[in-house]
Amino acid sequence: MSDTVSEIKVSLWRGGSDGRFQTYTVPLQKNQMVLDIITWVQRHRAPTLSYRFACRVGMCGSCAMTVNGRPRWTCRTHVAKVVRDGKIEIAPLANLPIIKDLAVDMVPFFEKGVAAHGTFAASKTRADVIEPIKPSEPARRTADEAIECINCGVCYAACDSVRWNPDYLGPAALNRAWSLANDVRDSDGPGRLVAISAAGGCHNCHTLHSCHEHCPMGLNPTRSIAGLKRLSAQAFVLGKISL
Amino acid sequence: MNVRLYLWQRGTAAIMVPMILVHLAVIFYAMDRPLTAEQILSRTQGSFAWGLFYGMFVLLASIHASIGIRNVLSEWGKLKSGTAAGVSTVFGAALIVLGLRAVAAVVLPAGMLP
Repeated sequence: MSDTVSEIKVSLWRGGSDGRFQTYTVPLQKNQMVLDIITWVQRHRAPTLSYRFACRVGMCGSCAMTVNGRPRWTCRTHVAKVVRDGKIEIAPLANLPIIKDLAVDMVPFFEKGVAAHGTFAASKTRADVIEPIKPSEPARRTADEAIECINCGVCYAACDSVRWNPDYLGPAALNRAWSLANDVRDSDGPGRLVAISAAGGCHNCHTLHSCHEHCPMGLNPTRSIAGLKRLSAQAFVLGKISL
Repeated sequence: MNVRLYLWQRGTAAIMVPMILVHLAVIFYAMDRPLTAEQILSRTQGSFAWGLFYGMFVLLASIHASIGIRNVLSEWGKLKSGTAAGVSTVFGAALIVLGLRAVAAVVLPAGMLP
């Protein structure tokens, strides 16, 4: 017995930045995710359709796209939740260069993670005794609040400040920087403070909360960025950093 | 915007908040009476306190507004950073000149205006 209950019209972005939407009729099934209908189109209607996914269970962060104008992780978004009048429009993520169809170039996104000093810099070697970190310590709890980011780029695509200022590091990179700033094992605090205090840094955030609103993991990068603003301002006033 | 501009903009805003409340109170007081232009000028002309208060207000507002205009020009106007900085500096300088001239008009003793 088929699970097909009806059909929907799915408009998918085809081509590069100068491309256009192309509409396909897709069978609507029970418990169907947005990623499922994209896969159906590729297998049955448009074998050259390009899109990106890996885990299909909301862990890898590679399947984010713009669904009906809103950035979402497509593998965990029910079609029934987003379909409007029997139609769905799916576009590539905003604020990133389009490679082809629904696949964007994530290089600028990850480069900004590096620019924000988002890599852990160990303060000890493997020869040192492992430092005990209590999960209940305030700094650790603050770091934990920001640590579940899967780098899907949804916050980056939702951010108006990124759209207005392409040099802005963006919510994901700054959220990661905040997590590391509260990690007592990290040794790159001063370098990170300079990076997030400079022209493209945390002070470009307009506190619009789009990242917080759209994050599929329920994180609050706006709060992380507010924390970085406090750290940065204190360090600058106390003369600990100079620009 | 870097941390230096951020602190200048937030710092000037923080100082201006109580000054704006005083400014609004002055407006309500003058309108409630109501005071005529001559009565207002008789109280402000030659007043060092009002000159200092509104002179400071002009300087703070000019710094605050020019940083905001710089952001608007670069984010919405898509001007390059240097161009936005140049235009907003001219804008801030114009605010200072016009603002201080207006303050001088009400606090300088009669006959001292250029």
